[in-house]
Amino acid sequence: MIASFLPLWVLASSLVPAILIFLLPEQQRGARTALNLTAAVLKLVLVAIMTWGVAQGTVYEVRFAMVPGADFILRADAMACLFAGLSALLWFFTTVYAIGYLEGAPNRSRFFGFFSLCVASTMGIALSGNLITFLLFYELLTLSTYPLVVHRGTEKALAAGRVYLRYTITGGAALLLGIAVLYSLVGDVEFLETGSLRSVPESAWPQLRIAFALMIAGLGVKAALVPLHGWLPQAMVAPAPVSALLHAVAVVKAGAFGIVRVVYDVYGIEFARQLALLTPLMIVACATILWGSVRALAQTDLKRRLAFSTVSQVSYIALGVSLFGPLGTIGGLVHLLHQGIMKVTLFYCAGNFAETLGVHDIRELDGAGRRMPITSTAFTIGAFGMIGVPPLAGFVSKWYLGLGAFEAGMPWVLGVLIVSSMLNAAYFLPIVHRLWFRPIAGAWPEEHTFGRFETSAWFLVPTIATALFTVGAGLFAGAPFSPLEWAMLITRREYLP
Amino acid sequence: MSVAPAATLLALMQSGSTVAASPLIALALVIPLCWAVLTAMRPAPRQTLLVLSGLGIWNVASAMLWWHTRANGVVNYALGGWSEPLGIGLRADGIASSLVLLTAVIAGGCGVYRLCTPDADLRGTAMRWFWPLFFLLGAALNAVWLAADLFNMYVGLELLGLSAVGLVAVAGTTAALSAALRYLLAALLGSLAYLLGVALLYAEYGSLALSSVASGFAPTDTTIVALGFITAGLCLKTALFPLHGWLPPAHSAALPPVSALLSALVVKASFVMLLRIWLGPGAPLLVPTVAQGLGVLGAGAIVWGGWQAIQHADLKMLVAHSTVAQLGYLFVAIPLLIDASDTARAFAWDGLMLQIVSHALAKSAMFLASGTLIAAVGSGKVVDLAGVSRHMPLALFAFGLAAVSLMGLPPSGGFSAKWLLLQAALAGGQWHWAAVLLAGGLLTAGYVFRVFRASFLQGAEDRFTDTPLGWDVVALLLAGMAIMLGLLSTGPLDVMRFGALLQRGIT
Amino acid sequence: MTTLLQSAPLFYALVGALLVAIAFTAFAAHTHVLRRLLAFNVMGTGSFLILVGLAQHTRGPDPVPQALVLTGIVVAVASTALALVVFRRWYEATGHVVLPEDERA
Repeated sequence: MIASFLPLWVLASSLVPAILIFLLPEQQRGARTALNLTAAVLKLVLVAIMTWGVAQGTVYEVRFAMVPGADFILRADAMACLFAGLSALLWFFTTVYAIGYLEGAPNRSRFFGFFSLCVASTMGIALSGNLITFLLFYELLTLSTYPLVVHRGTEKALAAGRVYLRYTITGGAALLLGIAVLYSLVGDVEFLETGSLRSVPESAWPQLRIAFALMIAGLGVKAALVPLHGWLPQAMVAPAPVSALLHAVAVVKAGAFGIVRVVYDVYGIEFARQLALLTPLMIVACATILWGSVRALAQTDLKRRLAFSTVSQVSYIALGVSLFGPLGTIGGLVHLLHQGIMKVTLFYCAGNFAETLGVHDIRELDGAGRRMPITSTAFTIGAFGMIGVPPLAGFVSKWYLGLGAFEAGMPWVLGVLIVSSMLNAAYFLPIVHRLWFRPIAGAWPEEHTFGRFETSAWFLVPTIATALFTVGAGLFAGAPFSPLEWAMLITRREYLP
Repeated sequence: MSVAPAATLLALMQSGSTVAASPLIALALVIPLCWAVLTAMRPAPRQTLLVLSGLGIWNVASAMLWWHTRANGVVNYALGGWSEPLGIGLRADGIASSLVLLTAVIAGGCGVYRLCTPDADLRGTAMRWFWPLFFLLGAALNAVWLAADLFNMYVGLELLGLSAVGLVAVAGTTAALSAALRYLLAALLGSLAYLLGVALLYAEYGSLALSSVASGFAPTDTTIVALGFITAGLCLKTALFPLHGWLPPAHSAALPPVSALLSALVVKASFVMLLRIWLGPGAPLLVPTVAQGLGVLGAGAIVWGGWQAIQHADLKMLVAHSTVAQLGYLFVAIPLLIDASDTARAFAWDGLMLQIVSHALAKSAMFLASGTLIAAVGSGKVVDLAGVSRHMPLALFAFGLAAVSLMGLPPSGGFSAKWLLLQAALAGGQWHWAAVLLAGGLLTAGYVFRVFRASFLQGAEDRFTDTPLGWDVVALLLAGMAIMLGLLSTGPLDVMRFGALLQRGIT
Repeated sequence: MTTLLQSAPLFYALVGALLVAIAFTAFAAHTHVLRRLLAFNVMGTGSFLILVGLAQHTRGPDPVPQALVLTGIVVAVASTALALVVFRRWYEATGHVVLPEDERA
């Protein structure tokens, strides 16, 4: 009984805490912290059990009729576990981080409530078994992140919230229309490994192409595909844990994961190529990779530079998806995890600098390596990972993407990867240089001291942990249940025999 | 008098599954009427026990009627054994039973909300007439849902108009009084137009029963003129754009539970009549031109109502204009209901039914939550909501859940309704309605997020009045039902298809 | 013209139609609430004449329209009474006889 309802339990492990937290009075700090951490650990355990089962070949599924003609389906397959695992892991660390970050701040009850709701939506996205269930959680994610973006309640935050909504609500409408077109053609569209649309007669192919374009446009908003990325740098006004969550896990990944699902499990990669859908996607992805990096160069605000870096890096996933061939697929899927771990490390570090030293601008970081060696080391690891220095996680992704480019017969894509890596280096290395090799310019803008360590332990533990994962995912890429191994497992299941 | 229906009910409950349908149908009228009389005997602003017992019995009887319809299908009943045309013929089909239950649930919520109101807000000479009018309104609504002939519909509609106007006026403010007068004039005009149409139809067919008119139906000139009058009158009462001018002032000036009842149910009564007439006897005349024309007016309502809601500085006016817009969706469904494709018609019917029910739940929750917010802030302006997100989280949350359904975002009844209508539009190749549905969702997001934007601003502290917890609970429950309807709509929709009015049959 | 003279019921119905038309014009033309209320009452009477007259013209003496009209009259009286109550309260509170929206227009 428990086993077959496992996806429901995974969802409930953040939905129920969300409701409980909303009901807790603001002052109940201890109870809220305990609840948050218990739920996060519980979810990790549940996802681990589920992943183990899926590796053994079990498929967990819950379904019931939602509206006439469409079911509500939660299903754990290998792809679902990839995203659910990432979310569960990073949720745990981000919760720890957020507890420290919001110490003494107002509206914590609201913050953690929506935070948990946001993770519940992410879990729902991961576990959705068909397009309409996916849409349901995709929109729920929009709604639950809005209060987090505007959390500070300042004019600037509200303006960012408005931009965020304009993009996401319009994107949601495009996605809804795309999905509705598909449903009107073939009925309920479930996610099936190798896709489910191959049998659609050729006369309906134009509609399939329209639906694909609409869905990618809708998903592209959250995945921040150029030119739909405008909301992301603005949303940087949110508190640091939210930025970390938005950029590393929940929002951008929800979009990227949606693209992965649509290409592999709705259309099927072979059929998508037959419909000539992959090349336009690849062009958009390449344009985004380059444009995001170029814009990142020009930013002086640390979080904004990281945001543009995200725009660029998330499109590696779309690129991997659009490269036809198992190696490209592996590269894209593994980057879904790797980018999440690396980017969350970088955002934790940015938050550490801001909260400890009051530093927001890159030019103020001179010599921070001496004041905060651990944070600066973690930042350096994350930055090198992003550039693709071996043996870190980012190298593994780029290696497989490069191989995939050759396999797909498109060596020019390798050029994009090389240019992008050079740009990555161009905007990350100066920061690393400032951290370690510049003298401290004077007093920090707004320094706080946190006892024995360079900063609060609530901040340090997640930062160290994710930095270690960045190293580990690269060093132990061949170990069982490593991101790479899991991506290979999925890839074996996604291609037609 | 109060003993009789209670005893009957008890007997019915004891007899278990072999409940006869007919007394249940009668009870749907008799219970609210009884309580209207009981509360009028010693009118007072607060009659907690009497009202609570009334609401409870009413809900139980309505639920039993719904359950009976679900199990046994459509039931016809002649009240007091008198057959038509002199007697009152009632008919509990799927839509009628479902709406009877919906009325009981929403009236229950609004009634409890009213009972929680602090004494200070109950002062005013007219307040003691609230409960008699409230129960009368319920009886009138049930009369319209269950009516099987044109004249009973008329009586129900008139009773409904009168009790609704009375309830608006009970608030006692000058704004409420002038809105009530305007509402009354519009309602009277509308029902006279309807009555003229009925007179013409009777002259032509010699019967007022929908079924007899349908069986002898011929598209003569008189019939066309009659349907024209009926449609114009009912559209005025449903506040279809551009005949909606009376609605926003009336719905915004009334007391919160009254606004909730009016927006959720009263405007739907005339729409359901319209539906019964056009899809019943009038079906041969519902040609694509007419249907598309009604749809265009509906689209106008969606755009105009949405745009007005975005502009208005006043919270309740915003919500009232949202009703104008949401009623537009009902009319947009009409061209889809006569689509050539069976699939499209089936989807359109389900979508329309779900829109009626989920809008009723969501809008009543939204009006109640707005009332709470306004009472807490002490001002009806949207900009004055700054800071309520911290001080009134529950009311704002209820408002938010209701807004999710109105925007048509999942998971909610509003989403499922939009989804079904979208499927109908795509299946029938009527793409333009798909565009209207999506645009309507975006406009709705435009005005509801104005409220959130205002409420998330950091405002001054300590300027909030405490409000009763019961207010929040009721609004949350109603909004929660609107949300749950999105996940569990197939059961209710199955019932609403019983005796569906689609002549070519639902698949 | 000949049918009109031959059938008294039809004559009533036509007079009713005329009354409705006149009253509707008055309803639209006047903004004073009491005048509108009067117009409504005349309109009601007109439609009752149509209801009875037309039915008797097409199918002879018939109790049903009579019963309907009786109900209609009760409803009209009740509506008028309610309107007068609300109007009086409003008039006492504001001193206006024209609704605010009409005043602006």
